[in-house]
Amino acid sequence: MQFREQKLDNGLQVIAECNPDAYSTAIGFFVDTGARDESADVSGVSHFLEHMVFKGTDRRSAADVNRELDEIGSLSNAFTSEEHTVYYAAVLPEYQSRVVELLGDLMRPALRVDDFDLEKNVILEEIAKYEDQPPFGAVEKCMSLYFQDHPLGNNVLGSVESVEALTAAQMRAYFEQRYGPGNITLAACGNVDFDALVRDASQHCGSWKPHETTRLAPPAHPRCATQVLHKELAAQQYVVQIGSGPAAHDDDRWASRLLATILGDDSGSRFFWEFIDTGLAEYASIGAYEFQGAGALMAFLCCAPADTEANLERIERLQANIQRDGVTDDELKRAKSKVCSHLVLQYERSGNRLFSVGSNWLARRQYRPIRGVVEAYQAVTRDDIARVLAAHPLNIHTTVAVGPLTELRGNGKG
Amino acid sequence: MSHEINSHRLPNGLVLVAETMPWLESAAFTLLLPAGHSRDPSDRLGLANFVCEMVQRGCGPRDSRQFVEDLELLGVDTSAAVLTAHTSFGAAMPAESLFQGLTIHADLVRRPHLPEQQLEDARLVCIQEIRAAEDDLAQLVMTELRRRRYGDPFGRANHGKLEHIERVGVDDLQAHFQRQYRPNGAILGVAGKVDWPQLCEHVESLFGSWEAADPQELDIGAPAGGYHHLPSDSSQTHIGVSFPSAPYPHPHYFRARAAVGILSDGSSSRLFTEVREKRGLVYAVSASCHSLRDRGSVNCYAGTTTERAQETLDVLVAELRRLAEGVQDEELTRLKARIKSALIMQQESSTSRSSSLAFDWYYLDRVRPLEELRAIIDALSAESINAYLRENPPNNFNVVTLGQSPLEAPVAIS
Repeated sequence: MQFREQKLDNGLQVIAECNPDAYSTAIGFFVDTGARDESADVSGVSHFLEHMVFKGTDRRSAADVNRELDEIGSLSNAFTSEEHTVYYAAVLPEYQSRVVELLGDLMRPALRVDDFDLEKNVILEEIAKYEDQPPFGAVEKCMSLYFQDHPLGNNVLGSVESVEALTAAQMRAYFEQRYGPGNITLAACGNVDFDALVRDASQHCGSWKPHETTRLAPPAHPRCATQVLHKELAAQQYVVQIGSGPAAHDDDRWASRLLATILGDDSGSRFFWEFIDTGLAEYASIGAYEFQGAGALMAFLCCAPADTEANLERIERLQANIQRDGVTDDELKRAKSKVCSHLVLQYERSGNRLFSVGSNWLARRQYRPIRGVVEAYQAVTRDDIARVLAAHPLNIHTTVAVGPLTELRGNGKG
Repeated sequence: MSHEINSHRLPNGLVLVAETMPWLESAAFTLLLPAGHSRDPSDRLGLANFVCEMVQRGCGPRDSRQFVEDLELLGVDTSAAVLTAHTSFGAAMPAESLFQGLTIHADLVRRPHLPEQQLEDARLVCIQEIRAAEDDLAQLVMTELRRRRYGDPFGRANHGKLEHIERVGVDDLQAHFQRQYRPNGAILGVAGKVDWPQLCEHVESLFGSWEAADPQELDIGAPAGGYHHLPSDSSQTHIGVSFPSAPYPHPHYFRARAAVGILSDGSSSRLFTEVREKRGLVYAVSASCHSLRDRGSVNCYAGTTTERAQETLDVLVAELRRLAEGVQDEELTRLKARIKSALIMQQESSTSRSSSLAFDWYYLDRVRPLEELRAIIDALSAESINAYLRENPPNNFNVVTLGQSPLEAPVAIS
C-alpha cells in the first residue's frame, strides 16, 4: 500500500491510499462542513444541500445523475454529520475516471428551485421517519442540551420549522461559503491510479474558485442537566448521557476509545456483564466521539421503564468504580485485541477504509496506515486511561430520557 | 483472482464448504444449524431464540465469561441469529485464529452447559427482544406482512410470544437443543485465507463424532392474505406490500430477481424514481426478494406522512402492476453493471462469502461457482424477463399498514 497526496493550485487536496491488489476503487469528496457551521436560521441546510447535490448540475438533470451512477455500477451514497459532509462511491477500477468526473460535476450543483421545493418533502419525510424510530430523537436532544449554544449542539436534520422556512437562495449562499476547494478533500482508496486521479481532478475541479473558509471552534463546557421527554407510545425507555471526552486532535483519543470499549462495548465490557448478560437492559453501551475542539463520551441505555432508575444507579456505580480504580491489565489487553482485529477486518473493504482515510485527513491533515492505527492502540497504557478519566470525569454529564416515564427521581444531579 | 471452492459431506450429514481467498488476511465462517424458529413448538414460540441465548452462556471447558473473553483475545468477531430454517452462528477473525475459533464454536453447538442458574437472566434477554420489536414501527409492519404471507410456521417472527417465553423451563431447552442442534442439515461455510486439507481435517476432528438426530415433520398452516391495518398514533404511515415470487432454487429466480432489481436497486430504479424523486412522497421506499426453499415473495416498504399515505400506496401498487408490462434493455444493462460490481466487491469480504456459500448450499444442495452465476447474469435479457413477467405478473397482494388511518388497498379487507 502506498499513500499519495497532492494539492491543486486552487487548494483542493487529493489523497489516496493505493492498493493494487484491491478489487474495487472507492472515491469520496469530503467537505469540511456540517451542522456546526450553520446559523440558527438555516438549521438543516448542510443535510438538505447533501440531498440537492444529487439533483444535478447545469449539464445534468437529477434523472441523468441517477442513471449514470447506476450505469457505472456504483455503490454510492452520502452523509452529513456535525462537521463533515461526504459524497462517496465504490466502483470497479475501470470506472475510476467516470466516477471522478461525475462526482466532481455534482460538487457544483444547479440547486434548481423546482428540485428544491420537491426535495423539501423528502427531508420532511426523513424527519418524520426518525420520529417513529427508537431512540426517538434522544441523541439529538441530548447533544443540544449538553452543548447548548456551542455549535456542536446544532441538529443535523434541522426541525420541521427550519426546513420548511429554508429557501434555495439561502442554500446557495451557504454552498458558496462552505464548498470552496480549500475546504474539500478528494480521497480515494483501493485500486487507485493516482496520476489519473490528479489529472481528472485538475480537469474537472481545477476551475473551482478558491476562497477562505473559517470555522468557529470555541471551547465546549461540560455540564450537568437532565431532561425527561414523555413519549407515551413507546414500550421501552431510552436514555442518553453525554459527558466530555478528548477532542479530535487530542492524543488521548486512543486511550479514550479503549476506555469506552472496556466500560461499554456491546460485548465483553463491564456494561455488558452488568446489563446485557443479565437481561436488565435491551442495550447499554458507551461510545467515544471526537470533534474539533471538543469531544464526548456518550452512554446509551434502553430498558423497561420500571427498571430505568435502578439501571441509572448501576451506571453511576460502574462509572464511579472505573473512575476510582481505572482498568485492569487483562481488560486493556482484551480491548486492544478486539478493537485492532475488528479494524483490520473492516479495512479489507476499500469502501470502509475510505471513511477512515478521508475523515482523518479532513480532521487532522494526517494519514495513518492500518499498521499505524494498530500501533497507536497497542501503545496505550493504563496510565493513559487514568489521565483521560482525570481530565474527563464520568460523573459530570447531561441526561435525556425519552419514553413512558414522566420523571426521573433521584437523578437530578445529572 | 483464483479462488478454489471445495466441499465435503461428513458421514453424519454435516456439510463443509470452503472458498480459499489467499489475498485476504482474514477468515470467516457461517455455521447454519437446522434450528430455525419454524421448528419452535407451537406452544413455545421463541424457544430457538432462548436456546441460542443459553448456549452462549458456557460451553465445553469455558464458562460464559471465558467464552466471551477467549474469543476477544483471539480477535474473533461473532454473531448469532435465529432465522426461519436455521440458527446461524457467524464469526470473522484474523486467519491464524480460525481453527481456535472453530474449536470454541464446536463446543458451543455440541457441549453447551445450558446453566440453570442463568435461566432467568436469559429469559429477560428474550423478553427485551420482544419489547424492542414493539417500538420499531417499520419493522412491525414488515413482520406482520411476513406472517400473513407465509402463515405458520414460516411466517413467524423469531422472538416468539411473551407468554410462551415466560413458560420455558430447562427441560424445554434441553429437549429442543437435543432435537434441533444436529449435524444432519447443518452447513459450515468457511472463506478467506484458508488451507483446505488442514481445514477438512480440523472440522472432521471437531464434528465427526456428532450423532445425527431425526428431523421432525413441520405442520404447515394457511397464510392469511388480504389487507390489515394496525392503528397507531405514529408520525408516519408505514406501508408494506407483498406478492408471491419465484424462490432462489427456481430456474427462473434470476428473472424475477432482475425485475425486482429494476424496481428497487440503485438510484435510477423505478420505485425510487416514481415514489421519491418525482413526487417527494417518501424518504424510504424499497422492494426485495425473499426465499424459502419452496416458495418466495417480494416485499415492499414505504414510509410516508399520513396525509400522503393513500397516494403513496397507490403509486407503489401502480408501479408493481406496471412491472408486468415489461422491462427495458437500458434498465437491465444498468442493473447488470450493479450486480457485476457487487459480485466482484464481495471478493473483499470473507464474511460475505462464507455466508453466501452456506446459504447457497442450503437452497441448492451444491455450490454455485462465480463463473456460473456470471453466466446466468450475462444471459438475462429483457425478452426472458418479460416472458416471465407476462406469466407471473405481480398480483395476489398482501398489504399491511400502520398509522393513524387505514387506506384503500387493492385487496380484500381482512
